[in-house]
Amino acid sequence: MSDIDFTYAVARTRALEVHLFSASTIEQLLACTTYEECLDYLLEKGWGDDDTPRDAESILSREREKAWETVRELAPDMSMFDVLFYPNLFHNLKAAIKEVCTSETNAHIFYEDSPISGEQMMEIIREKDFGRLPQSMVRAAQDAYDTLLHTRDGQLCDVIVDKAALDAIYAAGKAAEDDIIRDYAESVVAVADIKIAVRAQKTAKTAEFMKRAMADCSTISVNDLIRAAGSSMEAIQEYLSGTVYAAGAKALEESTSAFERWCDNRIIETIKPQKYNSDSVGPIFAYAIARENEIKTVRIVLTGKQNDLPVDSIRERVREMYV
Amino acid sequence: MSEYIGIVYALLGAAAAVFLAGAGSSMGVGIAGQAAAGVISEDPSKFAKVLILQLLPGTQGIYGLLVGFIVLSKIGLLGGSMAEVSVQTGLLILAACLPIGIVGLVSGKYQGKAAAGAIGVVAKKPEQFGKAMLFPAMVETYAILALLITILVVSAIQV
Repeated sequence: MSDIDFTYAVARTRALEVHLFSASTIEQLLACTTYEECLDYLLEKGWGDDDTPRDAESILSREREKAWETVRELAPDMSMFDVLFYPNLFHNLKAAIKEVCTSETNAHIFYEDSPISGEQMMEIIREKDFGRLPQSMVRAAQDAYDTLLHTRDGQLCDVIVDKAALDAIYAAGKAAEDDIIRDYAESVVAVADIKIAVRAQKTAKTAEFMKRAMADCSTISVNDLIRAAGSSMEAIQEYLSGTVYAAGAKALEESTSAFERWCDNRIIETIKPQKYNSDSVGPIFAYAIARENEIKTVRIVLTGKQNDLPVDSIRERVREMYV
Repeated sequence: MSEYIGIVYALLGAAAAVFLAGAGSSMGVGIAGQAAAGVISEDPSKFAKVLILQLLPGTQGIYGLLVGFIVLSKIGLLGGSMAEVSVQTGLLILAACLPIGIVGLVSGKYQGKAAAGAIGVVAKKPEQFGKAMLFPAMVETYAILALLITILVVSAIQV
């Protein structure tokens, strides 16, 4: 545990947690009959600002900005949150490599709330100045760039960068002083490996492909998982039943959306003990993830309502809430 | 000069009681104050409740002050006619002051931490204020026990 004093930040986080959406709030949102009603409900709850346009994307983006503004105020050192930024950072790398190698220009493909913005990333890739990237990205950037340039295989490029992202998350977790960051990184990598195995099994990918895509972690044996995925979906379920991810096997048996929901719920379960932690970065870290999860869940509900999906069908996709 | 050594020991006892217990309280109130400020920055309506919790670790300092007064009164410094205090008596007074000094220091700090936790409870569930207050109040028990021993011993010393 670090020596930083979190007394103020944790107490403020506790006060902020009161405003997080609970399962019953999500139920109320689900009970709204139309998309418009859902937006009204969110605005009533204080989502967005007075000048935020009345559409889901603007409201959700503003909420995300607000969440990170708060976390920045609470956190004494934002480097503790690096593991949460890695997915966006590596996404920007992927997008920039594809833009440069294919000479195409697409709008809104970069995450702006990332340590390296889309513009900077484009400049680095265009000039092949990979040394300006963080250490964990250099090799992956070079490999992915060369692979896409020579093979034009976009999927392989994605696999190289995604694997590097998982490795970076795991390494950051291992290096972290706080248990929560370590546990979170472990869960993220393990769940990602399971997802890769499930998708690879469905699309009949080779063991070599899976080995290239999966990252090592302590709670999952990559080799055993690859072996199971190479055999059948039942074999994956059987393997998972013997690990701490046994609930994932059940979800997998139920349906694809139940499995996707379990993947996110597993992360929330990892952070839930932070509700009772009174002096570490844990509650702030958990709050940041809880806000992301809340926004993601609201997005699922709004998308469902926009597409006139039945309530039960939306409910099946709704994630477990932190509070 | 040697006739004052007993008085010096007795004064050291009073100083230890006031200084250590006061330091414990200031640490505790400071810790709880940080937590209170965190809650108030999001919800100013909880000011009264968190203020009460913040003040709980302040009692150790008061106990130290009380013992300090008793010792000063005992050696006659408050009345203006200083008593003759032998080295042995001075050392006895110093030893008697240590329980409230040491326990005040430690309990003040930890009561502050417990109060910060209780402030977190009030932030989420203000209706549980009564229960939340009990946790830091438990720490108070040990400061009271130490105060009791200090007062009993100081009172029993004949000057």
